[in-house]
Amino acid sequence: MVGGIADLVRHGLLLKYVVASLFRVTWGFVLAVIFAIPIGLTIGWYRRAQMAFNPIIQILRPISPLAWIPIAILWFGVGDLAAIFLIFMGCFLPLLLTAINAVQSIPLVYINAGRNFGLRPAELVYRVLYPAVIPKLIVGLRITLGIAWLVVVAAEMIAVSSGLGFLIVDARNAGNRYDLVVAGMVLIGIIGLLLDVGIRSLERVKSFRWSYSED
Amino acid sequence: MPLMETLVKPVALKTKLCAERVDMVFHRDTKTTEVLNDINLEVSDGEFVCLLGPSGCGKSTLLSIMAGFLTPTSGHIRIDGEVVRGPDPRRIFVFQERGVFPWLTVEGNIGFGLFRLPRPEREQRIAYYVKMVGLQGFEKTYPPELSGGMKQRLEVARALAVNPDMLFLDEPFGALDSITRLIMRGELLRIWEAERKTIIFVTHDIDEAVQLADRVVVMSARPASVQQIVSIDIPHPRDISSPRYLELRDGIFKQIGLAHRV
Amino acid sequence: MTHIEPRTWERFFWPVLVCALLLALWHYCVVWTATRIFPSPLEVERGMAELLRQNVLWGDIVDSLRRVAVGFGAAAVLGIPLGLIFGWYPAANQVVNPAMQILRPISPIAWIPVAIIFFGVGDNAAIFLIFLGAFFPIVVSCTDGVSNVPSVSRRAGRNFGLSPLQLLAKVVFPAALPQIIVGLRIALGIAWLVVVAAEMIAVDSGLGYLIIDSRNSGKRYDLVVAAMLLIGVIGLALDLGFRKLERIKSVRWGFRDDS
Repeated sequence: MVGGIADLVRHGLLLKYVVASLFRVTWGFVLAVIFAIPIGLTIGWYRRAQMAFNPIIQILRPISPLAWIPIAILWFGVGDLAAIFLIFMGCFLPLLLTAINAVQSIPLVYINAGRNFGLRPAELVYRVLYPAVIPKLIVGLRITLGIAWLVVVAAEMIAVSSGLGFLIVDARNAGNRYDLVVAGMVLIGIIGLLLDVGIRSLERVKSFRWSYSED
Repeated sequence: MPLMETLVKPVALKTKLCAERVDMVFHRDTKTTEVLNDINLEVSDGEFVCLLGPSGCGKSTLLSIMAGFLTPTSGHIRIDGEVVRGPDPRRIFVFQERGVFPWLTVEGNIGFGLFRLPRPEREQRIAYYVKMVGLQGFEKTYPPELSGGMKQRLEVARALAVNPDMLFLDEPFGALDSITRLIMRGELLRIWEAERKTIIFVTHDIDEAVQLADRVVVMSARPASVQQIVSIDIPHPRDISSPRYLELRDGIFKQIGLAHRV
Repeated sequence: MTHIEPRTWERFFWPVLVCALLLALWHYCVVWTATRIFPSPLEVERGMAELLRQNVLWGDIVDSLRRVAVGFGAAAVLGIPLGLIFGWYPAANQVVNPAMQILRPISPIAWIPVAIIFFGVGDNAAIFLIFLGAFFPIVVSCTDGVSNVPSVSRRAGRNFGLSPLQLLAKVVFPAALPQIIVGLRIALGIAWLVVVAAEMIAVDSGLGYLIIDSRNSGKRYDLVVAAMLLIGVIGLALDLGFRKLERIKSVRWGFRDDS
C-alpha cells in the first residue's frame, strides 16, 4: 500500500486527484451554502412558508444525491460541472433544513428583547437573528461538508475521470491494483477527517461558542 | 446622567398606564382558552405595582400585552394616553435571566440598546451601569460563565441603560436562590428610589409582592381577573416583622384562599 | 415566528399551492426549452403508470427494502451493544475512537470495490455497504447517548441498590433511548441513501438499478424521474414510520422541545 501511494506521488497523479476532488467539493458546497442558508432562514422565519415547502422538502430529502446522476450528466455532460451539481444537490437540502430549524429554535425571548430595544427589521436580523442561529448553522455546515465529501467520491466513481473516487474505480478496473484502492480509501478518510477538524475549529470562536459552553 | 432629578414622589399622581377592559383568548387548533377576563387597571407615574397570582393564571400574558408583544383580543392598554401597538424602547421588558444574549459579553449586552449613541457616551453609560449592578471585572465575560444572580443584574442593567420610563419585570427573581433573591429585591428598590421608573412586577410570591410594591394587584386563577387591589402603606425600608406588614400579608393570603400555616 | 396562528385550511392550502406552482414551472420550462429528452410532469406520471403496470416495479421495491432491512438490522444488532459499551467504558472509547474517526468519513460508496472483492457482484455487496453506512451513526449515537446520561441519574440508581447490570437496564438504557432512536432514524435515512447508490453500481435489481437502467436502455428519462420520486416517497414513509416510535410515551420526554 505504501508502495502504491509512492507510485502515485511519483507520477504527480495523487496531488492532481486530491486537488480535483477538493475543487469540486469546494464549489458544490459553497454554492449550496450561498443558496440554501438565506432561503432556509427566510422559510424558517415565516410559519406559512415553512408549511408550504415542508412536503416537497420531505419528499426530495430521501433521494440519494447519486440518483441525480443521470440528470446531472444529461444537463452538464460528463465532467466537473456534473460532479459539482451532484454535490450541490447533496448539500442543499441538509443545509436548508438546518437553517429552517435554526431559525425556529431561536428562543422567543431574544426576538422580543431585540424588538423591545427598538431594532428595525434589518438590525434585528443582523444583531439578534444572525448571532442566535450561528452555532446551529456551524454544526449543520460541518455535517454537510461530510456529506459533500461522501458525494464527491461517489460521483467521481461514475461521472468523471479524475479525482480520488475515480482513482479507486480505475485502480480496480485497470489491473486489479487493490493496493491503490486501499491507499485511495485511506486518503479519502484522512482528508475527510481534516475537513472535519478544520470546520470544528470554527466552533471554538468565542462569540460563536455560546451554545456549546452552556450544557 | 439622566437620573436623580427628584427623590420626592410627585404629589399629583399622573396616570402612566391604563388597562381598559382587556380580554385575551387563545385559539390553538380547535381549543380556545380564555386567559384574561375584563382587566381594568390604572398605574400612576413612578408607581411600583406587583401583579400577584397563582402560576399559569395569565399575569405574564397581561404583562406581555402591556409591553406590546401581544395584542389583546379586545380592549386596549394606554400608556401616556396612547394606545400600545408594539414594543417600544421607552419601556423595557426584563425577562427572567434567560433574556441576556449569550453571544455578547457583559459590556455588549448592556450596550445592546445604545446603538444610536456616539461611542464615547455609550462607553460611559456602559461603565456606569456595570458599576451600578456590581459587575466590575466581568465586562468581557460571556453570560454562560456568570451566575444566575449576575445574569439577572445584567438584564436589569441592560434595561436601565436605555433610560426607559417604564420597566416590566416578569418573575425576574424566580430562578434565584433565596439569599440572592433578597439582595436583588434590595437592589431593585434602591434603583427604583433613585430613578423613579414606573415598575410593573409579576410574581407569584406573596412576600415578595408585599415587600416591594406600592400596590399589589391580586389576580384570580384562569381566566384571570382583578380580584383585589391592596395598597401597601408602609414606607421603605420595610420592617418585615412589623404588625402592619404581617397584617397586609395575611390579608392577601386569605384573599387567595390559603391558610398561612405549614 | 409570526404570532398569528395559521388557520386549519392554510395547512393544506399553502403546500398544495406551492406544489402546483412548482409543477407548473417544471412543465413550462420543458415546453419553453422544447427539450425532447427531459420529461414533463405528465410524461413522468405516464412513466409511473407504465412501471406500475409492468409489475417489475414491485420486485425492485421489495429488493431495495430487503437490502435495507438486512443491512440496517445487522448494523443495529452490532452497533447498539458496541455503542453502549463504549459509552459505559470511556477507556474503551478512547482506544477505538481514533480508528472510528478515520473510518467514519469514508463514503460507503468508496467501499464498493472492497465489497465486490469480498462478496462479488450481488446482494451481499449491497447489504455490506448499507451496513457500513448505518453502523457508524448508530455506534456514535449510542456512545453519546450513554455518556450524556446525567451522573445524578446513575447515582440515584446506585443509591437504590441496583447492580451494574440492572443499572444499565433500568437507568442508563432508558435514559439514553431517545438519543439512540434519533441515531437509528438518521442511520435508516443513510441506509436508504446508500441502497440507491449501491444499486446503481453493484447489483442489477432495485430502485437504484431502475434509474441507471432506464437511462442506459433508451434514455427513458421519464422513468428516471418517476423512480426518483418513488425513492423519495418511500424514504419519507420510512422516516415517518420511525418518527412514530419517537412518539411512544416512554421515550417522548427526550423530544419535548424538538420541532
